[in-house]
Amino acid sequence: MKLLPLFPPYRVFFCSAVLCCIGLSVFWAHSIFGQDHSKTSEEKLTFNRDIRPLLADRCFACHGPDANKRAAELRLDLPPTQELLARKIFNSAEPEKSELIARILSTDPSSVMPPPDFGKVLSPEERKRLETWIQQGAEYESHWVWAPLMQPQVPANSIHGNFGSANPIDSFLAASTHGAALSDYQTADTYTILRRLSFDLTGLPPNQEDLAWLAEQLSLQTNSSPQQSPMVDWERIIDRKLASPAYGERMSVWWLDLVRYADTVGYHGDQEHHAAPYRDWVIRAFNNNTPFDEFTRLQLAGDLLPESGDFGKIASAYNRLLQTSHEGGVQAKEYLAKYSADRVRNFSLVCLGLTVGCAECHDHKFDPISQRDFYQLASFFADLDEMQTFKGGDTSPTKRFPEIDVVSPLNESTPMRVMISKSVEPRVIRVLPRGNWLDDTGEIVSPNVPATLATLAVPERRSTRLDLANWLFDANRAMSARVTVNRLWALYFGSGIATSLEDYGSQGTPPSHPELLDWLANELILSDWDIKHIVRLIVSSEAYRSASTHSTVRTSNSFLHPLPRRIPAEFLRDSLLQASGLLDHKMGGESVRPYQPDGYYNHLNFPPRKYTASTGGDQYRRGVYTHWQRQFLHPMLRNFDAPSREECTAQRSQSNTPTQMLVLLNDPTYIEAARGLAWSAINDADCTAKDRASKIAYQIWLRALSRPPTQQEEALLIALQEKQLQQFSETPQQRDEFLIIGQWRVPHRDLLTEQEVNDLAAWSFVARSVLMLNESLTLY
Amino acid sequence: MDLTKQTSPSSLSIQRRTFLGRSALGFGASALGTLLSRDGYSADRDPKPKDLPHHPPRIKRVIFLYMSGGPSHLETFDYKPELARLNDQPMPESFTAGQPIAQLQGQQLKCLGPQFKFSRCGKSGQEIADILPHTQKIADDICIIRSMQTDQINHDPAHTVMNTGTSISGRPSLGAWVTYGLGSECENLPGFVVLTSVGGRNPQPISQRQWGSGFLPGEFQGVEFYSKGDAVHYISNPSGTTRDQQQSLIQTVNELNRLSPLSARDPQTAARISQLEMAFQMQMSVPDLIDIRNESPETLAAYGCDGADGSFAYNCLLARRLAERGVRFIQLYHRGWDHHGDLVPYMKTCCGLCDQPTAALLQDLRQRGLLDDTLIIWGGEFGRTPMFQGKGATAGRDHHIKGFSMWLAGGPVRGGMTYGETDELGYTAVKDPVHVRDLHATILHLLGIDHERFSVPYQGLDLRLTGVEPARVLHNLLNM
Repeated sequence: MKLLPLFPPYRVFFCSAVLCCIGLSVFWAHSIFGQDHSKTSEEKLTFNRDIRPLLADRCFACHGPDANKRAAELRLDLPPTQELLARKIFNSAEPEKSELIARILSTDPSSVMPPPDFGKVLSPEERKRLETWIQQGAEYESHWVWAPLMQPQVPANSIHGNFGSANPIDSFLAASTHGAALSDYQTADTYTILRRLSFDLTGLPPNQEDLAWLAEQLSLQTNSSPQQSPMVDWERIIDRKLASPAYGERMSVWWLDLVRYADTVGYHGDQEHHAAPYRDWVIRAFNNNTPFDEFTRLQLAGDLLPESGDFGKIASAYNRLLQTSHEGGVQAKEYLAKYSADRVRNFSLVCLGLTVGCAECHDHKFDPISQRDFYQLASFFADLDEMQTFKGGDTSPTKRFPEIDVVSPLNESTPMRVMISKSVEPRVIRVLPRGNWLDDTGEIVSPNVPATLATLAVPERRSTRLDLANWLFDANRAMSARVTVNRLWALYFGSGIATSLEDYGSQGTPPSHPELLDWLANELILSDWDIKHIVRLIVSSEAYRSASTHSTVRTSNSFLHPLPRRIPAEFLRDSLLQASGLLDHKMGGESVRPYQPDGYYNHLNFPPRKYTASTGGDQYRRGVYTHWQRQFLHPMLRNFDAPSREECTAQRSQSNTPTQMLVLLNDPTYIEAARGLAWSAINDADCTAKDRASKIAYQIWLRALSRPPTQQEEALLIALQEKQLQQFSETPQQRDEFLIIGQWRVPHRDLLTEQEVNDLAAWSFVARSVLMLNESLTLY
Repeated sequence: MDLTKQTSPSSLSIQRRTFLGRSALGFGASALGTLLSRDGYSADRDPKPKDLPHHPPRIKRVIFLYMSGGPSHLETFDYKPELARLNDQPMPESFTAGQPIAQLQGQQLKCLGPQFKFSRCGKSGQEIADILPHTQKIADDICIIRSMQTDQINHDPAHTVMNTGTSISGRPSLGAWVTYGLGSECENLPGFVVLTSVGGRNPQPISQRQWGSGFLPGEFQGVEFYSKGDAVHYISNPSGTTRDQQQSLIQTVNELNRLSPLSARDPQTAARISQLEMAFQMQMSVPDLIDIRNESPETLAAYGCDGADGSFAYNCLLARRLAERGVRFIQLYHRGWDHHGDLVPYMKTCCGLCDQPTAALLQDLRQRGLLDDTLIIWGGEFGRTPMFQGKGATAGRDHHIKGFSMWLAGGPVRGGMTYGETDELGYTAVKDPVHVRDLHATILHLLGIDHERFSVPYQGLDLRLTGVEPARVLHNLLNM
């Protein structure tokens, strides 16, 4: 009997089914206290966890990396120099005599730190913490994200109660709770787990086959008590979903947000440009499980790797995804500076997890990124053939040479066009004083990585984009691996092990479980950057299958549960199309246009744009293929927080607005999908007159929410149906109007009786209600 | 006067109570207390503004009349006799050397004198062009700033600076910052509303980014109202369905949401129920807002409004109706001010469309007692060159960022005042220059917000509307 997720090299066979039945598993206390610093006098403080965030927020602005703003020649982001030690900034023997302590405790407004006009203060606890740290020797650590990787051993499975898992993630989490009893640990409901796995791995709800399979699995379990989770072979579902082409579509949404992929240029006239083959290549690469280092290398420098062929060139469109302007009167020099800065911002956030945008004008205030570093990074991209972009006029699509003709990486029969990277003689890159592109007095710089990070071994030539890409996965691999596994973790848990996905610098939150993070990072490196391996590890864990928690309080001894997540906009669309049976699974090709309110593009000009909704199957394609107009993103996607992709998005916001509700209530896509769902349910219910309503209600519910309804829920649906049935029977004309919203028509409408048509309209109404539910929008 | 405690006009309060009474969904005021802006906000995921307002606010709302395209200051509020004298002469190089330039790159630069006469107006004697006869009549109510400066010389980035304080995409707009900071005072309309109109030279595009919420949650983005089709996207019930049917649908949804074992313990559920209720309310309040049948013929005539035609006049009337209902930030874009050529005819068009309604709005607000707590802002993303541009049958002007004009009115703003000066050719602001961030700091100040303390952590930075460069509140423009 093989029930546990198994993956080399941790293949451990458990012979006892007991160990596999995790069930109610009350085992560790979940200590919901914040960082409890009241105990700090006994506990050893660590610089990265306890001190750096504090100093960064309150002190670095004047005593940090920015050389121009540094006060009193005091730098607190680095270990003290001999000179500073002589100034007795820290005095471990007599902490109260440290200059730092004297200053933070001072009651004199002219000497207290932080100064009153800074606007930020230290709490008594924070002052005490600094004092304790000094008492303990004021030890510095290098910033966690660029420190060498720890090589943590997987903790022995010292388990309380009946919790047992072969998954090292669970071992780490179990160990982190120090054996305290976890009072709130609970495995999620089986249907919830299936829905979670399906959405998380494919961006789609479980399909009919999955649901039938689960029902079968459950029916086999005759003797499990209600408190006990049934034994389910989740590995099978995980295998199936990871092998599904929908996996790549799901993963691409994450990546396309990061690299700011869109179908239009973004600035001014927001004309279309040729980028869709890049999106298709990303989907293909995830499905083929292209190693992450190669995946990244091709994007940064595919054009420099002739052996990578057309795919390498298509991947190199990454360097062209930035916003461009085709406005008359654009001054090339100014826009070259803008484009250059845009690339540095995106590269740094995507590949390094660092915000460096501010270093365009001045040294970074919190992280050791100098203005010079910024322009050195820019120099890597100075070889891109950029001048041709200025030739593309205000037609749509505009021309953004160099472009080539290719076929879709997902579909060989679809010819397409794509803009690519092309290397030419590098432009001269200077440091621009205060970011001023008119100022030519700055130092000329050549390509290099920020001085604080791992060194780029400089060859006897100018470094290239390819050198930069190789450095990411060689000298800088610890950082790259940490950033990547943390982002992957967040995809499945709703929050990273280090929670600030947009900043791994000193203002970011350090990981709550650094050993686990580093172990996963090692795992990514040792597996040759195998993304599916890491995904499989994560979703195979007991932690992933635990009931979600609404608490975001995290400590180093918390167990990590998934957070409930609002389903991302694209997958929300996909889910209703799948439930309705209308979803067209066709992959790749040019972007498609779902229905959209008339006149939405009225503010576009050069040229004016007319939006025509796609017809046939293209109307029902997955959200990832939606035409991405940066300035006027499709209103449904925008309302549900899909980003415009003008800049890198590492974490979408999750807003809650009445305009979202208006979409659920009145967007024709919703109305049409509800009709499709009702129609499928009526046809599938296949039932005798007696409990027909009950069976239809059941089908609608199951298809939309991936679980059977309770009796109460079913009763409410039936009551709504009866009420609407009466209404529609009395108003056949309105009923018919309601039934022709959207392009899809019920087949053989003319063969239906009046009663059947009324019934369909009323069930469509019921389907609307189900598609609007909180459970339809949320992944619990 | 403590504006934080001041209630909206009593007639509207009654209207609102009636409205609640009519709500058949059984939601009390508590559910409605969860508004568009603040409360749907997931507390543990996102930062919330602390300790706002920082000081007693002097205004409650803002109406930004945004003249998109960049109106010429030299034909409106900044009279330059020296430029008239140099008409058709080469532009002195001392003004232009090393300066950024847009469409005139590489061209011979020559002066173009003011194209309209100016008059001294009102008791204050402010100089305003005769092409703005209605604005001339409110000369004593407006404070003209002649020394505006911005950083960006092309439309799109310049709009982004005017609205978000930086040319980098992805930052919250002014209206989003304000509704994030202060919430809405309106229970059934969005806190930040955008209205647009067109007329003039080939209208420049305007991006949704200009009223976006950037890294703030979507609650705070501007909601655009349209004059054609649905006034708000998806506000109409699906064809063939009635409000009663929608209501029973919503009732079922809410009951099911409460029953769900998963939703029941989710704090988002209550918020979503409120948002659904709010959406349902909006389906009534929006038609009520745009129904102008009860406006008197005199009012319509004052605005020059011919009905719901999407004109600037109609939008100004809606702006007043939105202000009455407590909407916090109202932004009107008029697209058509990009006069590279045919400056004279196009100025006539644009001023013809915008001048009268602007003055009418100010007077109407005053008449209704709303001007005291409303700030009106008039201006575009930049001004125009003193230099001639020949794109069209007759003369035009190129984009210009070193000196241009805007005006403020309402609240404690000093009417009848002219602030700042450009040089003798109207090129560079030489006295009391006002950067866009100074304007932003001043707007926030009036709303009770200290711009230096109003920041949101994002990507490891504490980001502010006014950025990292020093910004100053224009206290001189305000009555004590």
